[in-house]
Amino acid sequence: MNTIPATPFIASKKLTLSDSDWVRYALIGLTLGITGLFLVLPLAAVLIEAFAKGWSTFSASLTHPDALAAMRLTLLVALVTVPLTTVFGISAAWAIARFDFRGKSLLITLIDLPFSVSPVIAGLIYVLIFGAQGWLGPWLSEHDIKIIFAVPGIILATLFVTFPFVARELIPLMQEFGHEEEEAALSLGASGWLTFFKVTLPNIKWALLTGVLLCNARAMGEFGAVSVVSGHIRGLTNTLSLHIEVSYNEYDFVGAFASASLLAALAIVTLVFKTVLEWQQKKGLKAARQPVE
Amino acid sequence: MPQSNIMPGFRPAISLTLVYLALIVLIPLSAMLLKSMQLSLDEYWAILTNHRVQASFRVSFGAALIAAAVAAVFGFIIAWSLVRYTFPGKRLFDALIDLPFALPTAVAGIVLATIYEPNGWIGKLVMDNLGIQIAYKPLGIVFALIFIGLPFVVRTIEPVLQELDTAMEEAAASLGATRLQAFLKVILPNILPATITGFALAFARGVGEYGSVIFIAGNMPYISEIVPLLIITKLEQYEYAGATAIGMTMLILSFVLLLLINGLQWWVRRRSGQL
Amino acid sequence: MSISVNHISKHFGAFSALNNINLDIPEGELVALLGPSGCGKTTLLRIIAGLEQADQGDIFLKGDKVTDKPVKNRQIGFVFQHYALFRHMTVFENVAFGLRVKPRRDRPSNEVITKKVHALLQLVQLDWLHDRYPDQLSGGQRQRIALARALAVEPSVLLMDEPFGALDASVRKDLRQWLRNLHHDLNVTSIFVTHDQEEAMEVASQVVVLNHGRIEQQGSPSDIYDHPVNAFVSRFIGQTNVFDLDEHDADWLQTAGILNPHQEGKIAHVRPHDIIIEKSTTGKAAPATVKDWQHLGALIRLELVKNGVNGSTAHLFAEMPNDQFKELNLNRGDKVDLKIRQAHWFH
Repeated sequence: MNTIPATPFIASKKLTLSDSDWVRYALIGLTLGITGLFLVLPLAAVLIEAFAKGWSTFSASLTHPDALAAMRLTLLVALVTVPLTTVFGISAAWAIARFDFRGKSLLITLIDLPFSVSPVIAGLIYVLIFGAQGWLGPWLSEHDIKIIFAVPGIILATLFVTFPFVARELIPLMQEFGHEEEEAALSLGASGWLTFFKVTLPNIKWALLTGVLLCNARAMGEFGAVSVVSGHIRGLTNTLSLHIEVSYNEYDFVGAFASASLLAALAIVTLVFKTVLEWQQKKGLKAARQPVE
Repeated sequence: MPQSNIMPGFRPAISLTLVYLALIVLIPLSAMLLKSMQLSLDEYWAILTNHRVQASFRVSFGAALIAAAVAAVFGFIIAWSLVRYTFPGKRLFDALIDLPFALPTAVAGIVLATIYEPNGWIGKLVMDNLGIQIAYKPLGIVFALIFIGLPFVVRTIEPVLQELDTAMEEAAASLGATRLQAFLKVILPNILPATITGFALAFARGVGEYGSVIFIAGNMPYISEIVPLLIITKLEQYEYAGATAIGMTMLILSFVLLLLINGLQWWVRRRSGQL
Repeated sequence: MSISVNHISKHFGAFSALNNINLDIPEGELVALLGPSGCGKTTLLRIIAGLEQADQGDIFLKGDKVTDKPVKNRQIGFVFQHYALFRHMTVFENVAFGLRVKPRRDRPSNEVITKKVHALLQLVQLDWLHDRYPDQLSGGQRQRIALARALAVEPSVLLMDEPFGALDASVRKDLRQWLRNLHHDLNVTSIFVTHDQEEAMEVASQVVVLNHGRIEQQGSPSDIYDHPVNAFVSRFIGQTNVFDLDEHDADWLQTAGILNPHQEGKIAHVRPHDIIIEKSTTGKAAPATVKDWQHLGALIRLELVKNGVNGSTAHLFAEMPNDQFKELNLNRGDKVDLKIRQAHWFH
């Protein structure tokens, strides 16, 4: 079964053994097939469906007041949630990667928790607190404050689902980098903040950006959690995701796919940046790990 | 309690972390716990033994299980090809694997429904040739969850496969093992734990998935209605108690899954000598 | 005293890293903290620096109590084991860092900083690398940049954690010499941590031997080598043959020229070069047999088997200059007489 590579151009460099040609072609074929069917095709379909009735229908769908309102709300939600999640992520990573304390692994598990909670439950818990029949419902309606079926509820639900995004990127990286550089800065007389901005931040910037990007993608695209708390009020509490659902259910496919193409473009941009950033970050880590001769 | 450490900023960092964690995650989650405790055990039991509720649990967990298993196999093949072979466009495909992470679930939902519906690009092909309907059937849910689960498996296996010392395979070959034997006896035991972890992650995500499923599922009670949808339905009918009981049950099951995944990862790391 | 360590103790959980350490270091010394790994030497260095806090005890730098002062106010220079150069800054910016982060009123002007950094880079002979990044440097270069960076803030004491630990053997040799000369020129009180006794003896003016969180001995290299206070120090510094009188070595030692051994102690440590070898004239009763030898450059190390001790085959080592060895014209299996010039006795 083993073939010795005929030329060094075809064979992978580090393997002196390799799979036989038919195994290799079959597996590559399957890989392309699966990714094509499950990933490439859907992506292409979004664009094709969005332009199914031509450019003018596409642009008309996107300039519809409801669509514009949905875009504005989506941007607003991201603008509020991403900074909060980022600040939280940095402080959590600092505490976890730089200090030892009791209950640290429990804290890490709790930070990951929102990943394993269904988005629908993420919406439900806020309804149970702030909804009309919720714990604070009577008090809120007495004071005429609306959280559920309003923007604050959407923001809260988004905060929940994006909760771990930045922390998850930073913690392993900061643990890997170690704290010698920060100690060096402190020993040279730098204050805590100065050390953070001049030494820590430059070292984690790529991972931080990756986390922010992924957090932003999720914040702009969240559907399940937002769906529960939004109430689907046109022009008021529909985010782009919800606008897509409403349009689709009303058989306005071009409208749905036009909005979907915006979010798909956001996903593509996110992926491209993420790939570039990870590449940068690997470069940084490689430099850090470079053996000293 | 910090170890005597000269690094500044522990107090503000940990305070901010804990307060934010409590406000956004812990207090809201315990609100659900409190709400569910207002139910008597009989009421709770009545809700959970309702046939429609039980059917939805069967659909959610069954579809997630099948989808995770398929994603594990597919993911293994993809990770293997990406790590071991070179082919044109490999980097592009590698980057594309994360698409389900980045693509909003509503977008995934409507596009998958459109492709796999009986008149869709693939749906029609399969319907005409095999007579199988994908969308608006439980099979549609499985397809959506494979899409969602795939990156979890690939991204868990990939790093392990990269770190795997190919000298072990060379050693196996030098001792007379065929390629298949080397794969089964040397590679697979090393990759299996990561594959299981990836499977578990895909499964956990699949159980709670909502957006990418509801458009393709058809949402027929007893047949293709998933648990998250049932929770929303109950909420829309102002059956808070029912929604809470179902949600609580799901949350407990997710907790158990999370613990299992953590335990599995701990076990894997210990077996591979990293602990 | 430039550095005073008073009753310092430190625990990590149940592990006692340092146990009531007292140490005084006069101005201008170059001190080695020497000991096996896990002996607490790095912890002690980090406590002096303020990178770690002691459970008990006080640290004085130039007479000031600094126990509760944070590291940034201690005016120390610290060279980290893996240098901890800031990856994202050029060599120049790395060295300038300590000057740039001073409070505005103490901060030198840009011109002064530039001048000073270049002077320091010239001091470590690496000015030509000023616009490189750390990952473009060799290990030895990084080590010297780390030193320049630590010196930029004009520290009252210089602390180095295994300064040569991560370097190649050949680079290490050169840097040792260089560090010694640099210290001679700058005359700043310095402490470095090492587990390599040869390095400590070669570079330091004072050696502090640590073991299990305690100071075993402090003194000049020759003090420590010639007058080890206990068996640990004797074994840790240089090579030594150990004779345990409980194991019937007493009779044998008498044949090697040491009479009445019981009077001085129970254990005798003998340096290999303190054993004088002669070709045996007594034949069968000779105390040792030549087993093998190794060339150590100018010296020859002889591997001997002790004879006549209940048939035991204990080995010992002796060293002699190369030419003397040639003169003796020994072969494997030759019986030899020995004379022990000097032994250290411990209980």
